[in-house]
Parts: sequence; structure tokens; C-alpha cells
Amino acid sequence: MIANLPNYIFFFLAFIAIFFAIMVITAKNPIHSCLYLVLTMFAIAANYVLLNAQFLAIVQMIVYAGAIMVLFLFTVMLLNLNAESEPVKSNLMKFAGVIVGGTLLLLFTAALRKSIGDAEPVMNVMPMQIPNHSNVGLIQNLGWVLFKDYVFPFEAISILILSAMIGAVVLGKKEKMQISE
Amino acid sequence: MQEIFIDKYIYLSMALFIIGMVGVMIRRNAIVVFMCIELMLNAVNLLMVAFSAKLNDAAGQMFVFFIMTVAAAEVSVGLAIIVMIYRNTRSIDINVANKLKW
Repeated sequence: MIANLPNYIFFFLAFIAIFFAIMVITAKNPIHSCLYLVLTMFAIAANYVLLNAQFLAIVQMIVYAGAIMVLFLFTVMLLNLNAESEPVKSNLMKFAGVIVGGTLLLLFTAALRKSIGDAEPVMNVMPMQIPNHSNVGLIQNLGWVLFKDYVFPFEAISILILSAMIGAVVLGKKEKMQISE
Repeated sequence: MQEIFIDKYIYLSMALFIIGMVGVMIRRNAIVVFMCIELMLNAVNLLMVAFSAKLNDAAGQMFVFFIMTVAAAEVSVGLAIIVMIYRNTRSIDINVANKLKW
């Protein structure tokens, strides 16, 4: 029972993540979609803790569930979109979308099972099990890797964020003339 | 003690990715479509972290870190564009913004 505890936690978190992800795409109100997506993000962050990636779990909570989703909520409330009168696609399109998704899921599952079956002989070399003594996800280790091997991407990403900030300000500025007509 | 296998994570992130993809296809509200794209990014991040933990290699987690940063930049610009579209057309139906469609 105790030895199987991570498995039970994983299935619980997977159920939460998939359930709320389905709620995100079926909820009529965009604000509800947003809040369900926050819950999905939290389930994924808990999965990161389960995988011994504590740093990414904290970043996921702060950046995704905190900053990005608050930005979404601000936009939804700013545009006053909580009316239920949003456009919906026809039932035929919805049905086609679900069919395409189900087919892709079937295809991926089949490909995965085939590849796992093919990888059976080398399974002794690379076991499927995730080691529990792994400490790559701790802050100290990730900091070493980030500032030794990934310094240039780290600096480049700051330029990307700066340009995104300037772009958002320029786009959000009130225009003198209307572009629409 | 820990008996989690990598294929469970592959199935989970596959399911999340496909839910996000179906959401992109069946919704017309631009903000919900955007949220579904975030869901797909998260599914890929989960898969990368799972493989990084399995292979004991920090490169995957570094990539997830950079993906999160790029996603934050993308969201800020994308939401500014959606606000601009709303300001000009008074609607966030993605079918209204089809001027660039050939």
C-alpha cells in the first residue's frame, strides 16, 4: 500500500488534470475556462514535484498559474466577455474536431505501444522506471547547468522578453486613427 | 519505493495535448483558443520533465524553463493583439479575423 503510494498520487493528479482540461474546452463562460485551466496547471505542478523537479514546480506555479493566468483573467474581464452570448461553432464542426482528436489519440497510442514492444530487448539497459534518487531537478544542480552550459540562451531570452514587452506596449497603445475601415 | 513508470507520463501528456488540440478546433472564442494552446505547451513540458527525470539529465528541465519564458512573452504579445482586434471589430470571434486568409 505504502510502496504504491506514488502511483495512487499520480493517478489522482492525472484524473484531476484531464478532467479540468476537458472542462476548459467545454465551459461556456471564458472566466470559468480560465479558472479550470489554473487548476490543471496546479495538477501539472504537483506532477513535477512527484518527478523530483521542485524548481520547475515552483516556477510553474508562479509563472503559469500566477502571472499568465492572471493576465488572461484581466483580459477577459477588461473585454467584458463574461456574457453567455459568445459565438459557437456548428455541431458538425464540433463532432469533426472530436473525431480528429480521438483518431490522433488512437494513432499515438498504437505507435507508442509498438515502439515499447520493439524496445523490449534494450529494456534492461534503459529501464522504464523513473529513479527516485534523481536530484537533477533541485535548484543547486539546475543553477550550475544554467549558468555553465546555457548562459547564452539565458541572456538571449532576456532580449526576447524585452522585445515582447515593447511589442505589447506598442500594440496596446491607443491609435490616433482607426484601422478597421 | 517509487514505482512510477515513464509510459504513464507519456499517456497523460498525450491526452492533455489532444484535449488542447480539440479545443483549438472546436472553439471560436479567441481567448479560449489561446488557453488551449497554453494547455498544449504544458503537455509538452510535462513530457520533457518526465524524460529528464528518467534519464537523469538536466537539459530537459532547462528546455522547460526556456519554454515557459517564451510562453510568457508569447502570451503578453498575443493578448495585446486580441485586445487590438476587439477594439477594432468589437468581437473576439476568430472567424472575424480572416482578412489574411487567402
